Amino acid sequence: MTSSGSLLLKALVSPVGRKVLTGITGAGLVIFVIIHMAGNLTYLLPGSDPYNLYAHKLMSFGWGLYVLEIGLATFFLLHAIIGVSIFVRKRRARPKGYKLYKSAGGASRMGLSSRSMIYTGIILLVFLVFHLISFKFGPDVGDGYVAIIKGEEVRDLHRLMTEKFKGPLYAFGYPVIMILLGLHMRHGVWSAMQSLGLTNPRITPIVYPLGLIMGAGVAVGFIVVPLTIYFTPV
Amino acid sequence: MAKQMTIHLRVWRQAGPEAPGRLVDYTVTEANEHMSFLELLDVLNEQLIGKGQDPVEFDSDCREGICGSCGLMVGGIAHGPQRRTAVCQLHMRSFKDGDTITVEPWRARAFPIIRDLVVDRSAFDRIIVAGGYVSVTTGGAPDANALPIRKHEADEAMDYAACIGCGACVAACPNGSASLFTAAKIAHLELLPQGRVESERRTMAMVDQMAAEGFGDCSNHAECEAVCPKGISVAGIARMRRAYMKGVFAG
Ligand code: HEM
Ligand code: FES
Repeated sequence: MTSSGSLLLKALVSPVGRKVLTGITGAGLVIFVIIHMAGNLTYLLPGSDPYNLYAHKLMSFGWGLYVLEIGLATFFLLHAIIGVSIFVRKRRARPKGYKLYKSAGGASRMGLSSRSMIYTGIILLVFLVFHLISFKFGPDVGDGYVAIIKGEEVRDLHRLMTEKFKGPLYAFGYPVIMILLGLHMRHGVWSAMQSLGLTNPRITPIVYPLGLIMGAGVAVGFIVVPLTIYFTPV
Repeated sequence: MAKQMTIHLRVWRQAGPEAPGRLVDYTVTEANEHMSFLELLDVLNEQLIGKGQDPVEFDSDCREGICGSCGLMVGGIAHGPQRRTAVCQLHMRSFKDGDTITVEPWRARAFPIIRDLVVDRSAFDRIIVAGGYVSVTTGGAPDANALPIRKHEADEAMDYAACIGCGACVAACPNGSASLFTAAKIAHLELLPQGRVESERRTMAMVDQMAAEGFGDCSNHAECEAVCPKGISVAGIARMRRAYMKGVFAG
């Protein structure tokens, strides 16, 4: 029996292993963004402070949340590192390119989305750093962002979000990034299934359009909250 | 009477493996719609030889789409614009009179150019040597139907066995990956009872060799399936990944 560490090492040096890892981490990140998007939508719910209530529920996971966060960070890093290594290898595998190159169409799934994975991916990574600084490591209870949920003093994330998205940079910058996320998922959903060997000629015609639906759905879901905040008069 | 055509060609000329290459313009006035693309190049070469110039080197053998020797990027697409045909079966009726067509060799680090349009595809042979065979002793030729194989599995194995090893998948892949070729060979053997026993070991050995030859990773663009003269499905690549995972977890 091989240890899990040597298994990971083995996978990283094999072209198939790298794909399986991109697939696992990519699928994990897709699940994460869907949950994140659904969570954000609670901002629009009626009732008293639904967004802070949701955030409070999340925080009540306690140490479980830290485990999830560490797992998520690992997935992001692993995914990005392998993504870049695939790109580097691709450049090495064809040092001299074609003068003329076209897609044959037909069965091909090559397009803007598939050709731009590395670029949309890197933009997402840079965005992530900026995003974490703005929100996760942004103003806290100590800075006067206090809300009361069930008699407890919690961080007022509703206020933070409202303030941020009242600014045009956030209100319109975020939607642009979310469209790029949707584009990444347009190829990513099918690609992850194929990388994990979960496809066959019968289900591929269903899985491939699913990427478009999920990518567009996630993008729209993430975009409505910032735009609603920006266009809602105070 | 076959329609006469004038075709302008921009052909990659390269004197040797290390020589710098470039696209050279030629015009063939005696083309006709029934010619194959390779016959067009034959006519061009007659012209060149008549003028005392070096003919354009390209590979071909059967000229009926079954040997896998031929392979050119025609108009930016491996084997040209017609689906499911090797370039030897691409006819000039797929083009219009007066068209300009760019012709380039397969480009991949693992397929070094020998001269003009001829590349060295022996990397494929080494992938086969690494495991693309069955090593169980099968004895003498078995009786027909002694080993029952389900119809759909026999059909699927046959679909993968149709791979002629031309290298179009590598040429068309934006990453220069040999995944479709390797997967076709693995799937063809894995689907049959004689080949199934060694499937995981074979898959790991062939995948490792594929990496050692300097082919790129697969990004699931599926451009390979689109250009494959035999229409081999990327479902084979999913199958290869399953066999590989089984191999890894079995230790
Ligand atoms: C929320 C963020 C992200 C999600 C949901 C996501 C999702 C996915 C999915 C599902 C795949 C397909 C996996 C496969 O082909 O096996 C994928 C591929 C890819 N991702 Fe991401 N990803 C994200 C962030 C990133 C980041 C930050 C990078 C940074 C470099 C990146 C780079 C790539 C690349 C290059 C590929 C293509 C790999 C290939 O060539 O096959 N992604 N992504
Ligand atoms: S020459 Fe044999 S396949 Fe084209």
